[in-house]
Amino acid sequence: MRLTINGTPRTYDGDPAQPLLWYLRDELQLTGTKFGCGISACGACTVHVNGAAVQACVTPMKALAGKKVTTIEGLSAAGDHPVQKAWAAANVPQCGYCQTGQMMAAAALLKETPRPTDAEIDKAMSAVLCRCGTYQRIRAAVKDAAASGMGGR
Amino acid sequence: MTTTMERRAFIGTLAKAGLVLAATSAGVRRLEAFELPHEHGPLAGEWEPSVFLRIADDGTVTVTCHRSEMGQGVRTALVMVMADELEADYATIQLDQGIGDNKYGDQNTDGSTSIRSGSYMKFRNAGAAARMMLEQAAAAEWGVDASAVAARSGTVVHAASGRSLPFARLVARARTLPVPQPVVLKQPSQFRLIGKDVPGYDLRNVLTGKAVFGQDASMPGMKYAVVLHPPVYGSKVAKYDAAAALKVKGVEKVIEIPGAPMPSAFLPLGGLAVVATSTWAAIEGRRKLVVTWGASPNDSYDSVAYRAELEASARAEGKKVRDLGDAGGALAGAARKVEAEYYAPHLAHAPMEPPAAVAKVTGDACETWTCTQNPQASRDTIAAFLKIPKEKVTVHVTLLGGGFGRKSKPDYACEAAFLSRETGAPVKVVWTREDDIQNGFPHTVSLQRLEAGLDASGKIVAWRHRIASPPISSVFAPNQEYHTDSELSLGVLDMPYEVPNVRVEVCKAPAHSRIGWYRSVSNVPQAFAISCFMDELAHAAGKDPVEFLLAALGPERVLDMTKTGTVNPVGNYGAKWEEHPNDIARHRRVLQTVAKESGWGKKLPRGEGMGVAVHRSFLTYVASVVHVKVGPKGEVTIPRVDIAMDCGYAVHPDRVRSQCEGAVIMSLSNALTSELTYKNGRTVQSNYNNYQVLRMSQAPKHTAVHLVHSGGPLGGVGEPGVPPVAPALANAIFAATGKRIRSLPVGRQLAGGPVAVPAGSR
Repeated sequence: MRLTINGTPRTYDGDPAQPLLWYLRDELQLTGTKFGCGISACGACTVHVNGAAVQACVTPMKALAGKKVTTIEGLSAAGDHPVQKAWAAANVPQCGYCQTGQMMAAAALLKETPRPTDAEIDKAMSAVLCRCGTYQRIRAAVKDAAASGMGGR
Repeated sequence: MTTTMERRAFIGTLAKAGLVLAATSAGVRRLEAFELPHEHGPLAGEWEPSVFLRIADDGTVTVTCHRSEMGQGVRTALVMVMADELEADYATIQLDQGIGDNKYGDQNTDGSTSIRSGSYMKFRNAGAAARMMLEQAAAAEWGVDASAVAARSGTVVHAASGRSLPFARLVARARTLPVPQPVVLKQPSQFRLIGKDVPGYDLRNVLTGKAVFGQDASMPGMKYAVVLHPPVYGSKVAKYDAAAALKVKGVEKVIEIPGAPMPSAFLPLGGLAVVATSTWAAIEGRRKLVVTWGASPNDSYDSVAYRAELEASARAEGKKVRDLGDAGGALAGAARKVEAEYYAPHLAHAPMEPPAAVAKVTGDACETWTCTQNPQASRDTIAAFLKIPKEKVTVHVTLLGGGFGRKSKPDYACEAAFLSRETGAPVKVVWTREDDIQNGFPHTVSLQRLEAGLDASGKIVAWRHRIASPPISSVFAPNQEYHTDSELSLGVLDMPYEVPNVRVEVCKAPAHSRIGWYRSVSNVPQAFAISCFMDELAHAAGKDPVEFLLAALGPERVLDMTKTGTVNPVGNYGAKWEEHPNDIARHRRVLQTVAKESGWGKKLPRGEGMGVAVHRSFLTYVASVVHVKVGPKGEVTIPRVDIAMDCGYAVHPDRVRSQCEGAVIMSLSNALTSELTYKNGRTVQSNYNNYQVLRMSQAPKHTAVHLVHSGGPLGGVGEPGVPPVAPALANAIFAATGKRIRSLPVGRQLAGGPVAVPAGSR
């Protein structure tokens, strides 16, 4: 089967049940997508499939034929996506492990909902756990990214 | 490569070229570097004025961080401190992550010690000495007095003549000079980085997904392994059938890992490892293993029954650890007596990154890359487990995706080392979330019984505190069934309240799981019990809780901790009481600050309330006010949390704030949702679906951090924010509803509560 990862066409002929997470991490060495739970409970593995936020740990490869996958490594060429800039300005990360998933979730939210309300932010971002407790800064960064005209990107 | 940015660009180029890379948290290294015998030592020509500092002939400054980065910002803070005293350019400084090596002193990133106990002054002294030598070299070059020149951001300047020389031109001469005596440190008014806010050193790598954690480390030819651990502490593999597992495509071997006998300390639990060509194959293979587990003395461990056992234990007289005055007599004669029991369950650390390690064993040598808080213990434990010389074990430290105490214990690195030796290949051991929740080192479970007597004016005249809680020492030694003095020194024996008659007793509480320290350790249950009980006493006395706490703290003074009536000396987080006293003025100041900033005492709508707590831990003083709103179905929302911290001096204020923000979330997780329970010796919970931690929707709408700069001696930062928040929440719930929360988590106690942990789910 064929799919596209960060704009690069790929052919996959491995176990169709293998979750996208392990294909990204073990085969492509795209380790910015993190393993946190394996059951879509923590969101550390959030990536975009055809633009929508998806948890790679429960997305089998067989579901991805012809799909376009974007990981944190492909979110922006220079690491300057508005979400990344907002995250940097707010000094959001503590340990940083969940932050790639947080940013992918935020980027998908803002693409769909350029000016999210507090409730919409809470709802979308509650899919991604942060044990360090950076939620307050994440909220602020999402709002900053929205205000920067991220919407529609 | 002379600058960090160039280094990073270089790294990016390597990655684009498709080279397989492994990385330290200091940056990416080519894997071939694994073969180098001494990659962390100075390169030829580098000047090494300290084990923490190297300056190359081209002026490149490299700082070695010997403590582990797990979100607390140590890599940023130590670079700031060194760069400030050295007058190096923060933006171009390079950071090397130290391997486990005694030359760095204590590397255990634990106890909120990384800045406070030594490193701050060691780094300042090293930076200042090197700066003076560079200044002297420049002065000699120009034939002027050293007092006429000054280092400034990577150069030395002679202001009178306008001349300047970069460090690169001075290294050759500076290194030949004698180390200055005495080393003259900057005055705080001269600080350019310390006490200021800078972006995190690893920020850019984190935001682009390039930061390398233990789960991300790799080596060429590496195999992947997951381990099926015994479900009950002390159980071992009796027999197994690996045929189905071995049929999974990619599974190469099933290997039994020997488990250490109880108490097993840091050694592996044992079990069956599935070694495969991918993580997924290993996980799938593990699902197909058929195992019969041997019996364990902990097979019947049941949290419901154990709670009853602890209650019974704490309702009888225990072993005396503190006896001041006559608590029994004063209780009997008190005008009013109050008693309550508090329960706090086991907790799982559940860092977002489950433990992981990569190891390569060659002959009697082992090299490992792992997310560890304690590289020296990792080295020593691997050596002991493999029976190889510890000098032959090299432990590289990656970034840690959270630690909270779990990653001080290197059992997972031992597993990787063992499997590498057995397979002859590098092996990466991945702990899944289920391993992490089910087979970790849970935080202790605690039952505390408190009794106090008030006189007619509402003053506390008697206090009796019994603690039944399995000690951490039970994982290291047999017959450890009582909470220890060192654990009781985390809030109980150092309690600041002025009470003339106090008795503290420990009651029997045998452990049935591994027990490990968890962010702020026994302060979690002990601050919960004491600060909730103080609130109960305030209400019993008819006093405002803040006023009651201030009255109980008494006048500003330093407590004499040798006259508290304890059987053994009271611990002080490794510090001397003379240098880090129990200072009532600092308790009062954080309490008054948080009361003022939170608008304490303001009228709130029905169903809302504020609660308060103050607690000293890790030499730092913290007070918190939680404002809670409880809905008609018992649903809890938190409009605001205020937290005031006096850590003496904030080296990196923004990170101190973020640590406080995070401590609020972790403490609220502890209070509202998290509970690790056992049935038939096994944990009931297994993953984030049933071991619940706070999500954004449950988090406070606003957390306000108030840093109190007392100029006092440096205290810890990572842990002390945690203890007061949970009791402040419980006290707020009482203010809002009239219901006392004496058992954590809050869960469904408020009728349909905010979060429901399904009982018995797995």
